[in-house]
Parts: sequence; structure tokens; C-alpha cells
Amino acid sequence: MLNLEEKFVTLENFGHSMQAPAYVFKPTRSEEIVQAFELANKEGLTVTARGAGRSYNDAALNGGGIVLEMSAMNHIVKWDPLTGRVTAEPGVTLEQLWQCVEPDGWWPPVVSGTMYTTLGGCLGANIHGKNNFKEGTIGEHVIEFTAILPTGAEVVCSPQKNADLFYAMISGLGMLGIFTSVTLEMKRIYSGLLEVDARPSHNLHEHMADLLKDAPNYDYIVGWLDATAGGHGLGRGQIHAARYLNEGEDPNPQKTMQLKNQVLPPFIFGVFPKSILHYFMSPFVNNLGTWAVNTGKYVSSLPHHTFRESHAAFHFLLDYIPNWELSYGRGGLIEYQSFVPKETAEAAWEEMIRLSLKRGLPSYLGVTKRHRLDQFLLTHAVDGFSLAMDFKVTNGNRAKLSTMLQEFDRIVLEAGGRFYFAKNSETTPETATRFLGEETIARFKSLKKRCDPKGLLESDLYQRVFGADKI
Amino acid sequence: MPVKQPYFSYATPLKPRARGLIIGASSGMGAALAKKLAREGFDLALVARRDGLLSSLCNEINQNGRGRARYYVHNVSDYSIVPDLLRRIVSDLGGLDLVVYAAGVNFAPSLSEYNTENDRQMIEINLIGAFAWLNSVAALFQFAKAGQIVGISSVAGERGRVGNPGYNASKAGLTSYLESLRNRLTSRGVNVLTVKAGFVQTDMLNAAQKVMFPVTAEKAADDIWQAVRARKQEIYMPWFWRWIMFVIRNIPSILFRRMSF
Repeated sequence: MLNLEEKFVTLENFGHSMQAPAYVFKPTRSEEIVQAFELANKEGLTVTARGAGRSYNDAALNGGGIVLEMSAMNHIVKWDPLTGRVTAEPGVTLEQLWQCVEPDGWWPPVVSGTMYTTLGGCLGANIHGKNNFKEGTIGEHVIEFTAILPTGAEVVCSPQKNADLFYAMISGLGMLGIFTSVTLEMKRIYSGLLEVDARPSHNLHEHMADLLKDAPNYDYIVGWLDATAGGHGLGRGQIHAARYLNEGEDPNPQKTMQLKNQVLPPFIFGVFPKSILHYFMSPFVNNLGTWAVNTGKYVSSLPHHTFRESHAAFHFLLDYIPNWELSYGRGGLIEYQSFVPKETAEAAWEEMIRLSLKRGLPSYLGVTKRHRLDQFLLTHAVDGFSLAMDFKVTNGNRAKLSTMLQEFDRIVLEAGGRFYFAKNSETTPETATRFLGEETIARFKSLKKRCDPKGLLESDLYQRVFGADKI
Repeated sequence: MPVKQPYFSYATPLKPRARGLIIGASSGMGAALAKKLAREGFDLALVARRDGLLSSLCNEINQNGRGRARYYVHNVSDYSIVPDLLRRIVSDLGGLDLVVYAAGVNFAPSLSEYNTENDRQMIEINLIGAFAWLNSVAALFQFAKAGQIVGISSVAGERGRVGNPGYNASKAGLTSYLESLRNRLTSRGVNVLTVKAGFVQTDMLNAAQKVMFPVTAEKAADDIWQAVRARKQEIYMPWFWRWIMFVIRNIPSILFRRMSF
């Protein structure tokens, strides 16, 4: 007989800022997912799929329920280097994916800032990369996927077949079904390197003007904002814009595309092993330390320069320092990412950064990107920009931070902005209703009723934001 | 399960919630502790036999407390359904951080009376009910590598006195059961607190023949909360019972059997 208790494990979010124990299963085949739904139904429990657990919030947590860790379903089923199409199981990570396709001259069309996310998680959140303004979200590169519904039925969806489910399950937070196979189209590359243009921006206005102006001329664009700076330097930072190399620009593409030339260097200054670096960062993860580090970084970013960098090194900044999130201490961290239309973003962010400085709660990391609209149901997309802000959580600042983020929500909503369910942990049902619209939520819920009539799929995120009808 | 009850709110990094389960919550120390923990922000699952008392306690907490409470009517001697009920409670709460076994009865016989039926009930509720609940909880906590278990035992478990053999035996059993749990679970990150209560002003006190230094249930709840926060392993309540019991434990039998208490 199955002993559920043995499966009880305390799970965390990526930011180590929340814990929720759950009965954890690791399915290896679709049939085991069906069995998990049957078990949940029998025991009166709910089910959530978990990829790599890289969400900053409760998207992959299900306190007291069943969590299906998809990491064992991690086979690349088919890779065709002629067409660039890859079919993979949902537990395949972006790391596996790019390492499979890159030596053949391809690159995933959309990647997150870390390579440790899984395809299932990427589709559930409908992730974007630094090329969102150009290539859209990962969902736009999905040819087809297969999923198991809580009823036990298997569905195959593509933009042509079951299109309503296709556009709802991608971005659907894993609440309609569980992906079992994904077919994606890769992007052709002619070099293992990107040409990166790095330039400083002296204030927020300049930063946003550059993002807007430069995006069309590049394949990728990303900004770093020093959100600890106020006054004239408010919004100062650096912009990295990168483009693919055309055929012939790289004299030796076979060499630059080899995996051994795509690694993140394991040492900093050639001395410190990176795996312990987060211990040395901890003393700086406070207002003063971050201000000092950011100022140093800003000063060193002042010279405008152009260089070539491997894809992996350009994209996976978050993986440079393993376990960097541990440097935020016991309370962990949260990320607040807002997506604001290009017309209103600057004013909104200026107000937010000023407020955070006034409250003594500056964001320790600020990252900006350029975005465009997409047609997925629970989309976070705007024709505008996003700003991701990381905040350290301590016992002393929770209440203040919570109040401030409520004010942020108000500012963003008034500016016509939206939020991203893989990041924000404090989004309320009211906020979600305002930016998604009642009609969208009703459409999602009617699809949910169709796919999951017994309400077996529930994450803590879903209960928190969309579970109001249960109360 | 009766009437519509509020669901628990959901925790976020900025609004974390501790989640507690109290078995035997309808009156006495269990009820006082429920109110105390709700004031400290706990979301609570309250388990007891008496529906009316439980539902009014829940209402009171949901109106005044920071935490919310839901109740589950259950007779602790209904052992076989405990694993299922616990699973449901953990699912409703979204996890579990603290479990308090506060269920207990005391039927005091007269000095020449021997009542096996009463003794059986005391063992069933005070001891086997604790086995049923805390075994199930321990099975979960050991794998979650987290959690805290509190058992309300009694100074009565430290010696077999003339007054109430069945009650003494039930609490002696509970104390040593909790010690075993502690020895099993400490290395797995689970704390087990044994509360050795002296006289606390509850309904149960009516059964006591002689009352010394009684404290209110509210004071008892405060003391238990402090011990939970400090992750203590054993407390006497009030504290001076530790020294009284030190003396009593060391009275030689030749004297003790001649004593009247």
C-alpha cells in the first residue's frame, strides 16, 4: 500500500521566502500522472506540478496537497538538426535544451535569465527573455504540446488544434492540465557568440529612451538599474544590447559553438570558487552594502564598449553565482516585476523608485526589458517595458514592504500595467482582476471547469489569486 | 461536517502564517491556547467532541483573532479516522507547524472506589487518543523535517498517588510517550514539548480532591506559548512545580504510601 506520509516534504520557493510541505511524487510516465489525479480524487487532495521550483512565488507550491516533481520526465525525445524542431518531456531544463541544440547551430528562441528552469514551468508561466520585443514569449515558438487533463484525458494542442486550450494552457500556471510533451522550434545561429554593446545610462529618462530607441536595432536588450540611487542619478544604470552574428562574421563558428566554449567561468578573480561566493556576498546584501556595490558597478560601466560574448554567458546572468539567493539571509527575497505601457512607464517607475528610497526599502537589483503584446490568455504582456525589483525580506520589514508593494500595485494599475505570475508573490485577487479583466478570468475559469471539473489542480498561487469562489 | 466555515487565507512571503492544530480545543487549556495562538497570528484547526462549544469558540476567534480558525468535530477515541482527518486538516491549513494534544478527562474515584470503566475512558482519551493523533503527526513531521508537538501532560504522571490511579497512569504513560517521541524526532528537526501542568482552573479541576496554587487557563496558555516560542522540551506549569515535584519524586515509598494526597 502507498504510504503518503513518506512523501511529505517541505518545499520552498526560489527566493527561500516561503515554505509549504506537500506529498511529493516524481512521475516518470504519463500514466503516473493519471494515477496521481486518481489518488488526489480519492484522498480529497489537490495537485500541482513543479518543474525546477524556480518561481519566486508560490506557483509551484501546494501546501498540504500533492506536488508532482516533473524532474524525472526529462528526456529530449526527438531533435532534428535539419528543421530545428525539438520534442521534449516537460522536465527537460533549458540547460539540457541549449546544450543539445547549440553544437548543431541552433539556440532556443526564448530563454529565461537562468538555465535551470524546466520546459513545463516555462510554458506554464509563458516566460519571456531579453528578446521579448522581437520574438515574443516562449509560447509563440511552441509547435505543439501534449498534456494530461485531471479527468485523465490526453489532449494535443497547437495554434491550429484545440487553439483555445493552446493559448490558455501556455500561461495557465499548470491549472488546466499537466504538460507531458512539448515540440518547439529552435532559432538558427551562425556563431556561438553574440555581439554585445554595453553603454551607461545616466538617469531613468535616458535609460528608457535608449531601451525604446535601440530595441529595433538589436536582437536582445536588457537594462540594469541601480535602484539605490536617488536625486539626479535616479534610474542610472547600464544597457546591454546584443545581436546575433550573421553568417561569415564569426570566422570559426564550429569552435565558438562547442559546449566547452559556452561555460560560465567557475572562478571569480581566479581565486574564489563561485559555489561559496554567496557567503561573501551576504554582508553586502543590505541598503549600504548594495549602494556601495551598485555605485562601483555603475562607475565601472561608464565606458561605452562593444564585445563578443557566448550565448550562455550573455543569457544566464542569474547562474553566474550559484545559490546567490541564499545571500539574502533567512527571510529570503521577493521579486516585484511590473509591466507598464511605454507611454506611462517612466513616470510610474520614477514614482516607485522615489517611494522605495523614501521608505528606506530600496530594491537591490533592478532589471529592465522591452516587451510587446501577445495573445495568451493570462498574459503579462504590454507594449512597453518591464522592471524587475528584488527586495530582501526580514522579520522587521515585512509590514513596511507589504504596504509599499500595495502602493506599487496602485501606481502600476493606474499606469495601465500588468504583472507576471512567475514573479510577484503579493498580487491580490483584486489586482489580478483589474489587470486581467473579469472577462478573461471568467474565460479561464470556464476552461478550467471543462478540463478540471473536480478542481483537482490547485497551486497555492491559484488559491491565493483565483480561489475566491471557494470562500 | 457542519455549517459553512471560512477558508484560511493564504500565506505570502510578506504575510507568513503559522498553522496550528489543537486537539481538545473546546474548553479549558485547549480553548485558552486557541485564543492565544490566534492572537499571535496562527491559523488554527480546532478539534473536539463538543460541536456547540467549538463553533462558538471559532466564531469568537474569527471575529477577534489575527488568525482564522476552522473546527472539526471528532471524538478522539475514534482512532481509525485520525489519519484521514489529519490529512484533510493539513490540506485545509496548507501545512502544519504546531500540534497541541490537549484532550483529557479526569474521573476521580473515592479512596475506596475502583472503576474500570472510568479508568478505561481516561486511558483512551488521555493516552490512546494521543497515540492516534501524535503518531500520525510524527509520521508527517519526520519527513517534513520540521514542526513542533506539544502534549499537555500533568504533574500527576510523576508518582502514583492514592487519589486517582487511572489518571496518574494515563499521564505517566503520556509523559513517557512524549519523551520517546522527542528522542525519535529531535534529530529530524521536530521539537516535542511536554507540559507538566499543575492545577489549572478548568472544568477538570472539579475532579481534583485538593487544589494547590491554581492558575488560570489564560496564564497557562501564555506559559505554553512562551515555551513553544523558545522551543523548550519540558515545562512545569507554573514553574515552581518543578521543585515541588523534585521533592515529591524523592519521597521514599515507605513514607509516600502513608501519605494522604
